[in-house]
Amino acid sequence: MTKGSPIIRFEGVTKRYGKVVAVDAVDLEVREGEFFALLGPSGCGKTTLLRMLAGFEVPSEGRILIDGQDVTQVGPNKRPVNMVFQNYAVFPHMSVADNVGYGLKVDGVPSGERTMRVEEALALVKLDGLGSRRPDQLSGGQRQRVALARALVKRPRVLLLDEPLSALDAKLREAMRTELCQLQAQVGITFVMVTHDQDEALALADRCAVMNRGLLQQVASPSDLYEFPASRFVADFIGSVNMLEGRLVVDEPDHAEVAVAGIAQPIFLDHGVTGAAGTTLWLALRPEKIELHKATPAPPALGDAPAGRNAVAGTITHVAYLGSESLYEVKLPDGQKLKALRSNLTRWDQEDFALGEQVWLAWHACSPAVLLS
Amino acid sequence: MKGPLDYLARWPLRLWLAMVGAFLYLPLLALVVFSFNDSRRITVWRGFSLRWYAELFDDGELVAAFGNSLVIAASSTLISLILGTLAALLLWRFRFAGKAPLEALLGLPIVVPEICLGVAFLVFFTAIVPWPTELPWPLNLGAIIIAHATFSFSFVALVVRARLASFDGALAEAARDLGAGEWLIFRDIMVPHMVPGLVAGALLAFTLSLDDFVITFFTSGPDTITFPIKVYSMVRFSVTPAVNAASTLLILLTAGLTALALWLQGADIAKQAA
Repeated sequence: MTKGSPIIRFEGVTKRYGKVVAVDAVDLEVREGEFFALLGPSGCGKTTLLRMLAGFEVPSEGRILIDGQDVTQVGPNKRPVNMVFQNYAVFPHMSVADNVGYGLKVDGVPSGERTMRVEEALALVKLDGLGSRRPDQLSGGQRQRVALARALVKRPRVLLLDEPLSALDAKLREAMRTELCQLQAQVGITFVMVTHDQDEALALADRCAVMNRGLLQQVASPSDLYEFPASRFVADFIGSVNMLEGRLVVDEPDHAEVAVAGIAQPIFLDHGVTGAAGTTLWLALRPEKIELHKATPAPPALGDAPAGRNAVAGTITHVAYLGSESLYEVKLPDGQKLKALRSNLTRWDQEDFALGEQVWLAWHACSPAVLLS
Repeated sequence: MKGPLDYLARWPLRLWLAMVGAFLYLPLLALVVFSFNDSRRITVWRGFSLRWYAELFDDGELVAAFGNSLVIAASSTLISLILGTLAALLLWRFRFAGKAPLEALLGLPIVVPEICLGVAFLVFFTAIVPWPTELPWPLNLGAIIIAHATFSFSFVALVVRARLASFDGALAEAARDLGAGEWLIFRDIMVPHMVPGLVAGALLAFTLSLDDFVITFFTSGPDTITFPIKVYSMVRFSVTPAVNAASTLLILLTAGLTALALWLQGADIAKQAA
C-alpha cells in the first residue's frame, strides 16, 4: 500500500448508549502513514470513536474498515492496531521488559526473537538498559515510553493514542511532542491520537478531525482548521477569535462587504461570498490579525481595502502581558469588545500601548474568515 | 520532632496500652509457660520439662485428631478459596438480577450464630443428606470439610471482592489490546492483582477451620475428632499441662502461618520497591 492511500475508513458509524448518541453517523478516512488527531471538547465522542477503532466498543450502526477489511465485529485482540492508554496501563507486577514483551508472548513469538524485539523497542523509546526495572521505579514520562514500546513492538498497522500527553507536566509535554513526531517519522506507522488540547493537535498532527456532540465538524490540516474554519464552533474551539455577526450587503466575484453592528463602515472582504444579499453570516477575526495603531484623526490604511474601511476606534480596557506577546482588550463605542494580540518584537514594545489609551484597530481585507453556520 | 505516634509519650496512654497488653497476652504467656512445667498441677511451678509434649506425641488419639484438623483445614481452605474467588469475580464482573440479595446472602455465614449453623449442619448431615460414616480416612471427614468450607468461603469472597475493587480495568483492556483472550487476561493480569487477597483469604479460611469448635462439634463423629474437640474432651477429664502443651502447639501453628503470610506480602512489597 502506498503512502497516502486510506488505511482506516469509518462508514456511517453511529454509537448509541441508550438514548444518548455518542457518535453520530461519522464518515472518515485516515491515510496510510499520517499522524491523525481527533480533537474536541470532553464528551464530544472522540474517545468513543477511538475505542471503536480499537475494538473495545461495537458501533450501533455502520462499518469500520482497516486495510480494506471490515473489522466492525472483530475483537480488540485480533485487530492490527495497538493502543497507548491515557494512564498508560503499564502492568504493575511485570518488569519493563515483560511489559513490552507481553504482546509478543501472547502471539507465541519464540523467546530469542522476543528478547531481540523487546530490546529494539526499548531502544526506540530511549529506555535501553531499563528492561529489568519495575514500573513503580519509573517516572511518569518513562512509564509512557513503556506503553509506547509495548504497543509498537507488535508492529501494528495503526497506533492509537488516548490523550497521550495529558498526564505529563508542561515542560515534559513539550519535549514529548517533538519526540512523538520523530518517533512517528521513524517507524512510519499511522498514528491516530485523541486529544482535547488544541495546541497538541495543531503541533503534532498532519490532519485533524474536530468533533462536537458526536458529529464530525471538520477534517483538515492544522493550518486549514485555524485559518479556514468551516463553522463558528471550529473557529471558536481552535484558538482565540473575535466573532462578528453581520449582514451581507455587497457580493461581487472579487469582493464583498458585510455590515456589522457597532462598526460604522461595512467590513470589506477581498473575495466574493456565495450568498444572497441580506444573508446573516459571521466573521471570525483572529486577535493576532488585528493591528493596533496610535489614535490619529484619520483611520490607518492597510492597502488592500478602500480608505476608511476595516478600521475601528476604541479604548484599551485591559492589557494582558504574556511575555512574547501582549493581549489587548479594546472597547468599541457601542460597548462590544475586541481582542488584539501584538508581538513584543523588541524589549520595549509592551510599553507602546497603555490601559485607557484611545487606539485604532485595523485588519486586512483577507483576514476575516467568513462563516455561514 | 513530632511524629504520628507521639501521643504514646503521655503516661495515661502508656498505662492503657500496658493494660491492654497485659489482659491480652498474660493468659497466653501463662499457658505457654506452664506447658513446660514439671508437675501435674498447673498452678505450681516445679521446674522446666518437656514431658507434657512427649506425652502429647505418645497420645495416638491426639495425634490423629491433629492430623484430622490439618486435613480438614487444608481441604476446606482449597474449596473455599476456589468457590470464594469465583463468587467474588461473579459479583465484581457482572451485573445481573438478584445481585444485591446474593451479596447479602454471601455475608450470612459470617453473621449467623455459629451454634445455629452447627445445628443446621447436624440436621442436614443426619436427616437430609446422611454422610456415610464408614468411609476410609480421610473421606470420612467430608461432612466437616463441607461445613467448614461453607462458612469460610464467605470470608474468602469478601476479602477477594475488596481486593478486586481496586483493579484498574484499563489493565485488562491493555492486555486484550495486545492480543490476550479472556483466559490469558485472567491468568496474567487478574490473578497477580488478586494474590494478596487470595493469601489473606486462604489464611483466614485455614485458621478459622483449624480452631473451629462449635460447628465441628455438631458434625463430627466418634472417628472424626478434631484437635479442638480432643482438647475439650481432655479438659473434661482433667486439666493437665498436656492441655497447655496442645494449646501452645496450636498457637505456634497459627502464629507461624500469620507470620508466613505477612512475610510473603512483605516480600512482595519489597520486590516492588527494590
